[in-house]
Amino acid sequence: MTVIPRPPVAPESLLAAPDQASQAEITREIAEFHADFLRREAAGEVLPRTMYDFPPYRSSILRHPTKSPTLVDPETIELLSPAFGQRDVAAIESDLTLQHAGEPLGERITVRGRLLDSWGRPIANQLIEVWQANSAGRYIHQRDQHPAPLDPNFTGAGRAVTNDRGEYLFTTIKPGPYPWKNHVNAWRPAHIHFSVFGSSFTQRVVTQMYFPGDPLFGLDPIYNSIRTQADRDRLIGVYDHDLTEPERSTGYRFDIVVDGPDATWFEQEEGH
Amino acid sequence: MTTASAPPRSLEPTPGQTVGPFFAFGTNYEKMHEVVHPHSPGALLLGGTVYDGAGNPIPDALVEIWGADADGTVPRARGARRRDDHSFTGFGRAATNDDGRYEFWTRNPGAAAGGAPFLAAIVFARGLPDKLHTRIYLPEDAEALAADPLLSSLAAGERATLIATRLPGGGLHHDIRLQGEKETVFLAF
Repeated sequence: MTVIPRPPVAPESLLAAPDQASQAEITREIAEFHADFLRREAAGEVLPRTMYDFPPYRSSILRHPTKSPTLVDPETIELLSPAFGQRDVAAIESDLTLQHAGEPLGERITVRGRLLDSWGRPIANQLIEVWQANSAGRYIHQRDQHPAPLDPNFTGAGRAVTNDRGEYLFTTIKPGPYPWKNHVNAWRPAHIHFSVFGSSFTQRVVTQMYFPGDPLFGLDPIYNSIRTQADRDRLIGVYDHDLTEPERSTGYRFDIVVDGPDATWFEQEEGH
Repeated sequence: MTTASAPPRSLEPTPGQTVGPFFAFGTNYEKMHEVVHPHSPGALLLGGTVYDGAGNPIPDALVEIWGADADGTVPRARGARRRDDHSFTGFGRAATNDDGRYEFWTRNPGAAAGGAPFLAAIVFARGLPDKLHTRIYLPEDAEALAADPLLSSLAAGERATLIATRLPGGGLHHDIRLQGEKETVFLAF
């Protein structure tokens, strides 16, 4: 008999966690894990800033490594980074409100910040990519099944290359909160995804910027996969009235500090 | 690689977060998996599947590679995001398909004098709370592989997770397992 292998399950069906816990259960789990991390750290364990093993985020259960990472001396290739420049990105790509014939719906904002290394040195000429839901909380992605309206004037993706002072600026609209199927009635706090290259490949970071005062912070397993409150606070953009444009937009500041081994100190020195 | 030490750090790093489920429209770009043009001399297909801890393929992962040119030179050319089909930028990005498979057109990386050639790689995925660094070594130079500081520090089974398989046509096969018995060795620097 010929066994015909079945195709893997359709990716859309993977988006819902099988157990569908209540929010109260997820909130309790988050608190228990955070308390456990404090205990483990007090006992001398070195834990990452973002926990790979964080079961309240249900889809991480089968997707996190169970072994500790192997500490290695970076080689030259790892201490340098792909080189980007203005040829890679057109200036208009940093304005997410200009990509269609009309103006997108929602609260127009600018997000401005600096890309820095751990020693406070600006990182010039590096690529920052952003993507986000629209003001109704709907992603343009075809697998997004959230029945909020699509905005014909908003795609929600942009990119910029940092200038000589390590600065970037995006113009966009404030994204809405977004329902997902991690548990019953799960909502993500409003966020903008950031993908960032440093001056060393070891400094690469993909993260999310949130907005101040979001009532969903305590309920969200992804935000809380970051172990400490101080680190979670680092992902919240700071409202900055000096970044507002009269009659046009409000503004948020979001500086990004890339991590990396001590060896990146010297590599960056050589490059500047 | 240096003798002096770095000064104390003054800033705390921004923590990473999952790439999420809906990254394609933000991260995909034209020819992103073509580190070299598919018809250029020495072009080869590097491909494999990203698996979860149950052995199922991960259809929403993103793999990035970054490597030296064939002679071991670290590329400094700009343009990895807007390719001109001849500059070697060394960087590529591939999203896994519905079968969890990623593919790159690239060429064999070289290495610094006597070293074992490898591609630096990063994996992102929905359900993976932060990036994972790893390496993809070429399988041929047994002596260099045996002398490699990272590989020689690993048990045989772990070592195997970092070394690609050469296919008859010259291509490379390399699976990545985020969890489980043959879990890929991931790196901290």
